[in-house]
Amino acid sequence: MLAFYQRLFPFRYLFQWLNHGIVPSPDFGNREFALTLQNDAYLRYQSYATADLFRKDILRMNPSRFEIGPVYNTNPRDRKTLRGGQMKPISKELVFDIDLTDYDDIRSCCTKANICEKCWTFVTMAMKVVDTALREDFGFEHILWVYSGRRGAHAWVCDPRARSLPDDRRRAIAGYLDVVRGGNSSGKRITLKRPLHPHMSRSLDILKPYFAQTTLVEQDTFLSSEQAQRLLSLLPDKSLNESLRKKWESAPGRSSANKWADIDALAKTGKSSTLNPTTLRDAKQDVVLEYTYPRLDSEVSKKMIHLLKSPFVIHPGTGRICVPIDPRKAEEFDPLSVPTVTELLAEIDEWDAEHPNNAGAEVAEGEGSVPESDARGGRKLQDYEKTSLKPYIDYFRSFIAGLLKEERVGKRERNEDVAEAKPESMEF
Amino acid sequence: MIRQDFHRIDPKRRATLDHKKKQFASPTFKQQDYPHRLNFYEIPPTDEITLEQFEQWAIDRLKVLAEIEACSYRNKSPAETEAHITPLLQKYLPLSSNTSSSNGAADQRLKNERQKDHYSHFILRLAFSATEDLRRRFARAETMLFRFRFQRDDTREKRAFIESLNLEWEPVEDAERQRLSDHLLGATPGLRRVDEETWYKVDWEKVPELVERRSVFLSKGKAYVPGREQVSMIIAEFTARLERALELTSRALPRLDEDDRLTPILNHMSKNFGSAESVYSEGEGFVDGAAITANNVDRLSQHFPLCMRSLHMNLRKNNHLKHYGRLQYTLFLKGIGLSLEECIVFWRQGFKNLTDDEFNSRYKYNVRHAYGDVGGDSNRSGRGYPPYSCQKILQDSNPGVGQSHGCPYRHFSVDNLVGLLQSTGVNDREVLRGVREDVEKMRFHIACNRVFEWTHKADIKRVKEDGTWNQTDLDTIVHPNTYFKRSYLLKQMGQAPRNT
Repeated sequence: MLAFYQRLFPFRYLFQWLNHGIVPSPDFGNREFALTLQNDAYLRYQSYATADLFRKDILRMNPSRFEIGPVYNTNPRDRKTLRGGQMKPISKELVFDIDLTDYDDIRSCCTKANICEKCWTFVTMAMKVVDTALREDFGFEHILWVYSGRRGAHAWVCDPRARSLPDDRRRAIAGYLDVVRGGNSSGKRITLKRPLHPHMSRSLDILKPYFAQTTLVEQDTFLSSEQAQRLLSLLPDKSLNESLRKKWESAPGRSSANKWADIDALAKTGKSSTLNPTTLRDAKQDVVLEYTYPRLDSEVSKKMIHLLKSPFVIHPGTGRICVPIDPRKAEEFDPLSVPTVTELLAEIDEWDAEHPNNAGAEVAEGEGSVPESDARGGRKLQDYEKTSLKPYIDYFRSFIAGLLKEERVGKRERNEDVAEAKPESMEF
Repeated sequence: MIRQDFHRIDPKRRATLDHKKKQFASPTFKQQDYPHRLNFYEIPPTDEITLEQFEQWAIDRLKVLAEIEACSYRNKSPAETEAHITPLLQKYLPLSSNTSSSNGAADQRLKNERQKDHYSHFILRLAFSATEDLRRRFARAETMLFRFRFQRDDTREKRAFIESLNLEWEPVEDAERQRLSDHLLGATPGLRRVDEETWYKVDWEKVPELVERRSVFLSKGKAYVPGREQVSMIIAEFTARLERALELTSRALPRLDEDDRLTPILNHMSKNFGSAESVYSEGEGFVDGAAITANNVDRLSQHFPLCMRSLHMNLRKNNHLKHYGRLQYTLFLKGIGLSLEECIVFWRQGFKNLTDDEFNSRYKYNVRHAYGDVGGDSNRSGRGYPPYSCQKILQDSNPGVGQSHGCPYRHFSVDNLVGLLQSTGVNDREVLRGVREDVEKMRFHIACNRVFEWTHKADIKRVKEDGTWNQTDLDTIVHPNTYFKRSYLLKQMGQAPRNT
């Protein structure tokens, strides 16, 4: 664990990401971190002025994981010196949390904390839908997706506009995206108005192929009679349901794809006089959405002060790194091939063994001090570059570069007057 | 470079800012002529009024606001609220439209009405800006009042009023409207053709309500708001401005250079703003002499309202409850008088599949937090959160997959609700039919009270007959803990005579 923080954890990039620039600013300095120590003690309201101080403290505490909270109007460490209620959160990335446990009633392959490639598809489709909506509808551009280390994914929307949203606007977005409502006892969970809202019809277009592939074939969701029963309870026409039930009871092993096709086939025979084709189509659309639409843990998104696990920390249960996921290549992401700490450390040793000239020396210098030595040629490789963590960190870097570019434009506009007022700060 | 006088005002100009002179200077906006019925309350009043007027106007407005707030706490529908509020408004705070008088806005009667509306609003601002809680409630009640009046304003005046506000709305051009027609129609239920409606483009942050309900089309951060949804935008704007202004007032309040004329009136008013939200006062749900311990909860659960009963049954069935379920239930148990120690025992026993370590590290803290045993100063001094009222449970919970908190009458499908009721022994066909009807009309309280009355009908009849309880003791239940207490007491009184 300690070796991971010493040699691999990208403190500098994490700093740049949260600081929105190179020069340490309150965006980082007043940011709350919450550390979970090895003995399960939980330390809230930690904050650090610079990346180096942050790194030093993490190495000292060696936490099993840590979480990122909001930027406050003052330094969170000073909260005790303030009167109650004086410390207020002023900004935080808009975050989303998808967790496969919320899919337990519709995934047949695993339950609880377990996952496999099959059910990871649910996360992939959720990422697609949410990512598209955030970009197209809300106009956000800097969305960082992060594997949560075991069975889910987090999204960090880092646009300045998203960071400063107050809680009620966050709730509005969460409500906009949250469609699967109702607990275990509320029956049909999705009943949408027609015509469909553009967000819903677009999501439906994204999800239809997934429904055909994942739900009907891979998961074979409606195979068991209980699940088939549940499917029937979502369809509107009683006499159609009756004939479907009979048919399925006589053929117990009938696959989901066949059952799904049966609905239309039987509807066409015209046996049911009460059947309304539009209602049936709408109900089928609702079913598709109920079995594929993202199930967000919306409480996480609604509050600015909510803490969320930082990218690149190690999941204590699986040992896997919480690596970023490129949403453009979401399908290629395989959670089971994400490197674990032990693998990474072994990779460094292996690399060092193969390249004895470059080994050593690096450790003392620590992470992140590379670019300066670039010009000399034959620079020392960063430890992460020797491992399979490299592509993930590279992606993180490019993400930050995009974010910083926009920040610089914004900041220049904002700082123009200020810079004029105190020109002495430019002289050295 | 000498910059030290950067902020200093030119000494020659300073004279005009002399506060002594300013006090008697005639303000530039002294006389407002109130051209519109509605008012965004941007400009404070400066005319002189008598102390009696000051108090009377404020009290009149306060009566209206308190009633509006009460309506929302009782979960009344908009139509019911309107029926309730209209006569009150007419009596205490009439505000007529320009068309109601032949002289239009120049009529003195209209002017007086509008002046009273204007002044009373600002007086109450002073009274309710002191604490965060008061500010929030005041803004909420004022917003409801504004919405109510706005919706009843006639179309022409409404338009004139909106134009006078100068909001930054960009109309959508015809070409763009045609191009997006499918999307616009999809986002606006009930509209068949795009050219029936005009659209405005605004930043989506201005219309969070519409976004949350998914009834507006969004593209690249802009919301395309149909003309008929203007209400939502205007009201959001009204609330935002009012909240900002209240915040400013609160900062200026300590400097209110005031003798003992106004301050007592203001304080008195803020204290008497009917505290309908805290229907529940601490210890109210406690029942004297009842042995309330972890081991008794199973037996006591027959007295629980359906929401808590359902949580209890879920806990026993799954040996687990999710966070919000635990919170709702813990607070209720706290309300009936279960001590913290017993409550921890109760949850420990309830989560059968966990080891002590798991329980202590993951769940114990939450229970202690709910009791105010740990957490920040404000949490501890307030002894944790108060038990949830029906209002809170109905409005703030929205159970997701796998969660079982909330109000069964509101959050369950009707069939599941009836199933649950039957499993708790409510099987009278007439009652179930009534419940279905109530739920359909969104009268969740009535449904719950109906069930209560049926399950306790013998006891209720008896206490009514022998006169031990009068009508106020049998008022509509709006708090789960009241439900428990009443149910428990009724049963106890029913048993007592037989025991002796």
